[in-house]
Amino acid sequence: MSACLDIANLSAVLANGQRVLRSVSLTVQPGEVRALVGESGAGKTMIGKAVLGVLPSSVSIVEGDMRLEGEDLGKLPPKARRALIGARTALIPQDPLTALNPSRRIGPQMTDRLVRILGWSGDGADRRTRQLLDEVQIRDPDRVLKSYPHELSGGMRQRVLIAAAFAAEPRLIVADEPTTALDVTVQKQILRLIAALQREHGTAILFVTHDLGVVAKISQKVSVLYAGKVVEEAGTADLFAAPRHPYTRALMAATPRYTDPFASLKPVDETVLAGLAAEIAAADQAWRRPNG
Amino acid sequence: MLLQRFLIRLLTMLVTLFGVAVVVFVVIRVAPGDPIAMMLPPGATDADIARLRALYGLDKTIVEQFFIWLSGVARGDFGTSISLRQDVLGLVFNRLPATLELAIVALVMAVAIGGTTAILGARERGTAIEAGIDIASGAALSIPDFLWGLVLILLFGVLVPIFDISGRVSPQLDLPFVTQFYFFESLLRLRFDLTWDLLKHMLMPAIALALPLAAIISQLLKQSLKEVLDLDYVVLARVKGFSETQVILREALKNAALPTLTLIGVQFTFLIGGTVIVERLFSYEGLGNMAIDAVINRDLPLIQGIVLVFALLFVLINLAVDMMYALLNPRLRHG
Repeated sequence: MSACLDIANLSAVLANGQRVLRSVSLTVQPGEVRALVGESGAGKTMIGKAVLGVLPSSVSIVEGDMRLEGEDLGKLPPKARRALIGARTALIPQDPLTALNPSRRIGPQMTDRLVRILGWSGDGADRRTRQLLDEVQIRDPDRVLKSYPHELSGGMRQRVLIAAAFAAEPRLIVADEPTTALDVTVQKQILRLIAALQREHGTAILFVTHDLGVVAKISQKVSVLYAGKVVEEAGTADLFAAPRHPYTRALMAATPRYTDPFASLKPVDETVLAGLAAEIAAADQAWRRPNG
Repeated sequence: MLLQRFLIRLLTMLVTLFGVAVVVFVVIRVAPGDPIAMMLPPGATDADIARLRALYGLDKTIVEQFFIWLSGVARGDFGTSISLRQDVLGLVFNRLPATLELAIVALVMAVAIGGTTAILGARERGTAIEAGIDIASGAALSIPDFLWGLVLILLFGVLVPIFDISGRVSPQLDLPFVTQFYFFESLLRLRFDLTWDLLKHMLMPAIALALPLAAIISQLLKQSLKEVLDLDYVVLARVKGFSETQVILREALKNAALPTLTLIGVQFTFLIGGTVIVERLFSYEGLGNMAIDAVINRDLPLIQGIVLVFALLFVLINLAVDMMYALLNPRLRHG
């Protein structure tokens, strides 16, 4: 059985030639949650966008394969690729405040993919949407579906976006820091909701986050990213029990703990950073940019 | 609350119009040129001149003249044209529809051309197509409307004579119209033969007026579209599987159009100002053409009437834009 998502040796560069993804390989098995963890600028969101085919025009992929359920995304013509991504994947975006169109009502924004891309009937899409709103514990679907985004709170909007993401039963969801823009009390509810829906629907998730606490709660596998390079990859339990890479250990040491918030805050060590820099430089030296 | 806002709006409109009236009234009397001297043959006696001056009320002070004229305007009497010897209001309303038709056709063309090139440019951003659109809109913008008029006359009136270069309609045609809105009425009466003849006369001046506005619309709308196209909800729509064109039309256009809409309102008033010289160029029988005759003949009442009607038009356009803005933006509507 082929992996739900299989990324092999993916490299991407900016227009000025600077490498932003360094031969990234990772797989997400069907029904599995793979966390992609790293600090800001490590390229974790970039990987999600590359999979979904929505990289900014300043970034171009120069090497590597991405396979969605065995289909090589790079070999498909653009139209077929868009259709495949639209049918089998979904995105839970980072900021629910900007991820809904301010001038359209919630209802059509939730059903438009079902109706216009997947060819559902209007009634079927409406029923499905209401069922999903119920699953994300929205109790007054009539009001929500008729609302404009600015009439809902941030937590409500994120629920709407989660419901919309699961509505078409995608095989893979890219969750791009879905709790970062929310306040702490809402974060926990949203995380539980995503975990519950994931279990129930058996959807594979590529979960992008900078928060190791979130990783521990939701994922089975983790890839630790630094400067566009996967520095460590392991099962979540193994990673927390015995982190092998010094950067992973440093990240864990930098994560605040509720029991002792101040003592646990340590910035990443200078020697660790120097080691990382050497590692990245060595990788870049060994790498030759392929033609075309 | 709404009524209060409406009344304040109405009051500012009246103050604006009063200001325009004062300025026009004073300027055309202080500027050199004497309407009476234009009317009489050389060698007229001083007594004749004085008599005619008294007849048109020009022997009184400017302040007196102004209030006599204003009390007339309040009763709907804009005076009598000196050169045409007819009621000013009648003359203006006779010509206004021709100018409005020309301006509206030009506006529709500008929005169509500007909107299409903006959407195309945003869809093909970063490619040679976008660069081509930028060059074209730069050229359209830097050449003024009357120069476009001359270019068009050379191209389609002289080199490839497919359009008529002068007048509003072929004079030999029998016109069944009851209003002065010939073009719109010909559409309503389904007399497309007449529509075509009117279009052949109207198209070149309309294009000349439309091109600079189309360029502005194209540039601003393309810029706003490109900004909106990087926003999260647009990215989400792409992930859903919508094509770039669908994404632009369904998600981006409405939100990107708001700043352009305000600009169109302002620029449309400039376009109407542009009709004055473009109508002259194409001998199009509209209000602008009459305005130039009125200025040449120092026809004071007619100039005042025309300018006041133009001012009223500008104020109403601004009002319409404000209302459309509220209609398009749900946050303004409910907030």
